[in-house]
Amino acid sequence: MRMITVKAVNTVGIVGYGAYIPMGRLKCSEICRVWGGLEAPIEEKAVAAMDEDAVTISVECARYALKRADISPEEIGAIYVGTESKPYAVKPCGTIVAEAIGATPQVTAADYEFACKAGTEAFQTCIGLVSSGMVRYAMAIGADTAQGRPADALEFTVACGGAAYIFGAKSERTIADLEGSYSYVTDTPDFWRRSLEMYPRHGNRFTGEPAYFQHVIGAAKGLMGELGYGPGDFKYAVFHQPNVKFPIKAAKTLGLGMDALKPGFIVPLVGNTYAGSTPLGLAATLDMAAPGDRVLVVSYGSGAGSDAFSFVVKDAIEKGRHLDPPVSTFIGRKRYVDYSIYTKLRGKISR
Amino acid sequence: MRRVAVAGVGLTGVGEHWERSLADLYVEAAQRAFDDAGTDEIDALYVSNMGSAVLQRQLHLGAMMADALGKRGIASFSVEAASAGGGVAFHEGVRAVASGLCDCVLVGGVEKMSDALPEEVAMTISMAEDQEYVAYTGVTNYGLCALLQRLYMERFGARADEVAMLAVRGHEHAEGCSHAQYPFKISVDRVLASPMEADPVHSLECSGIGDGAAAVLLKPAEEAGEGVEVASTAVASDVFHLTERPNLLTFDAVRLAADKAYKAAGVCTDDVDVLEVHDDTTITGVISIEDLGFVEKGKGAAFVAEGNTARGGRLPTNTFGGLKARGNPLGATGLYQIAEVALQLGWRAGKCQVPEAKVGMAQSLGGLGSTCAVAILRRT
Amino acid sequence: MSVPRYWREIKHRYRLLGERCVSCGAAFFPPRAVCPRCGSKELEEYKLSEKGQVISWTVIRNPPREYEKYAPYVVALVGLDDGVRILSQVVDVEPEEMKTGMRVEATFRRVKEDGDSGIIEYGYKFRPIIE
Repeated sequence: MRMITVKAVNTVGIVGYGAYIPMGRLKCSEICRVWGGLEAPIEEKAVAAMDEDAVTISVECARYALKRADISPEEIGAIYVGTESKPYAVKPCGTIVAEAIGATPQVTAADYEFACKAGTEAFQTCIGLVSSGMVRYAMAIGADTAQGRPADALEFTVACGGAAYIFGAKSERTIADLEGSYSYVTDTPDFWRRSLEMYPRHGNRFTGEPAYFQHVIGAAKGLMGELGYGPGDFKYAVFHQPNVKFPIKAAKTLGLGMDALKPGFIVPLVGNTYAGSTPLGLAATLDMAAPGDRVLVVSYGSGAGSDAFSFVVKDAIEKGRHLDPPVSTFIGRKRYVDYSIYTKLRGKISR
Repeated sequence: MRRVAVAGVGLTGVGEHWERSLADLYVEAAQRAFDDAGTDEIDALYVSNMGSAVLQRQLHLGAMMADALGKRGIASFSVEAASAGGGVAFHEGVRAVASGLCDCVLVGGVEKMSDALPEEVAMTISMAEDQEYVAYTGVTNYGLCALLQRLYMERFGARADEVAMLAVRGHEHAEGCSHAQYPFKISVDRVLASPMEADPVHSLECSGIGDGAAAVLLKPAEEAGEGVEVASTAVASDVFHLTERPNLLTFDAVRLAADKAYKAAGVCTDDVDVLEVHDDTTITGVISIEDLGFVEKGKGAAFVAEGNTARGGRLPTNTFGGLKARGNPLGATGLYQIAEVALQLGWRAGKCQVPEAKVGMAQSLGGLGSTCAVAILRRT
Repeated sequence: MSVPRYWREIKHRYRLLGERCVSCGAAFFPPRAVCPRCGSKELEEYKLSEKGQVISWTVIRNPPREYEKYAPYVVALVGLDDGVRILSQVVDVEPEEMKTGMRVEATFRRVKEDGDSGIIEYGYKFRPIIE
């Protein structure tokens, strides 16, 4: 008899969401030009401007989410920012976001770190706070401007961006309701960054089966088992997108096709926005989903773990959708830089 | 109030005086003013300076210069009004003598900009503006002038070459000026080909980084005898934030100070034979000429371009080079202008002389015109 | 940058909060203690419009200390939709694309840092409106 350690909560929904991707773009062919190599795994990736960071991206997302949610910022009781590119090692991004949107001072705020699943880790906490009645609204943000080691395979995909979600009790105002969530976490050191290091390291092929797939499939199957769903129950699926191949393979393993992945599949033109990846994929999906659509969301964070969620889209989604630019607008809004400007923007060279 | 005479003037050259300190320069200018006046028995001295706190980490210049001159015990005053400091200090010195409270006053200004790197100098000059909401944007003084120049050109249809002529004219006048920082001609093409400092302002439209000191000695006109007299001085302020000014292309402080000065002196624009305006950029000089009442709003650039401000023209302006060619050592600049007007009215301007000059005006600005000091001098 | 000096302006910079005179209705940014229009000392917090248009603009090519790494950057005088004017950098735009009259909206960006170990200063900048 399997013990259920984390209950599936179904009293909570998403009240508003907002996304942001910086304008800068680096064509991955530029990386090939500089470091050799003939094949780039994706077309291009998003690069933050010199004056952007995980905090500024979080604030953008938070403001957009507030607009769609149409609530007063003072009603927000918790703000969590999940990121692995904190501008301060000590001083939360969360407090700056809280101040920027006017949620202070009666609010709890902090930052989460769990590599690329830090944003959805914050989802879990928000769900807990709202469903317990401790707060009325809670905001979870996943945003990153993570660093890629020059000439490393990951340099092709590491990108900047994020999305924010405001959770509240299920009501006719919620745009998508949660049916349940499931977290699958083990100590698996597939990718890490020591405290004072600028760049992470990783286990190369070890990041595949024992890491990404073990946890993504584990969480997805765990959730589907709890809720009694099969692949056919889901219209759309959003997986963490570290590259093009992994999410497609995960979908196939679970019996889901490209049609389900397509709306949220942004990695080819944006790259892997780390803690922003799954939240952004979900935002892109919500931008076009219809009421009644069921969405499977499975994040992955190295270290390692996955959070899986099942959301059902509601009528209210049509109401607030047009209030903010869709993810596709941010994808199309771009200005190319070459590798030399990229190294300046990313702080790899400085005055 | 008694009439006040400019009994003597003293200037150092404007340039990069690596080996001279603030005190060295002030003392040199003061000594020349003492020699020119034939006395050094002052009751009080004023020191105008803008950036010493940052550039030299030095405050309390009043006390410092009194001691440097060996005038221990006299009343000494430091005056700071950004780059209007010289004009403001002059206004204060004149009032001290006019009121009868003092009989002999030295008013000097000194600045050493070459001690710091250009970025630090730009930062220092920006300290004339609100640090939290103007300087915080990263805008420089030249950037603020550029905002005005773009608006001026779009609103009045002035051409870039017309605006640039004030710098060209200044350089023409600086040839033969022994204290000018850049005593050579430049063509309008060269100005327009120079790199952008802050679009659309070109670098050769902006005053440079220089060191210098200028001083004047003031005495009651009765005692000084014939020479150059202060007809009036005036100081006025304007809205501190450019964003809150009702008319972006008008320096209200200039209009107010000029009004007061003309009335008190009993002169009008037609009476002015020589004018020193504050051209830290060409556009501020042009707008100043308009707001001093010499030409209609929007026609200033054409007025200059047509030759009216040449030494032989209707309104000889910046007769030793102005801020652009003579130089702009911030806190000293206003006193350079006043000393130059005094030299003109004393018919001692050498190669720069405007023949038969009898009435002269000096105008200096602090920041983007938040302070304006105007002085009108007359030959007696 | 002194920490208290930065901290005092946080809500004004982060949330575009100025003051409005209760007596005559004039709005100001930055905030002030006395209404320059009518002299009243009764002022209330006022949230500025976040959208406006460019009245004039320039490109800073020789920046002051601490702004070097961001140069060249655009600074503009912006006329907000509520009539208040604000001075701000304009980002996400190339100097060649700048035009008087361009519609812009507020965004939140890094302004500067106090070296590698001091505080990071954030604030408003404007950008062409993202539709």
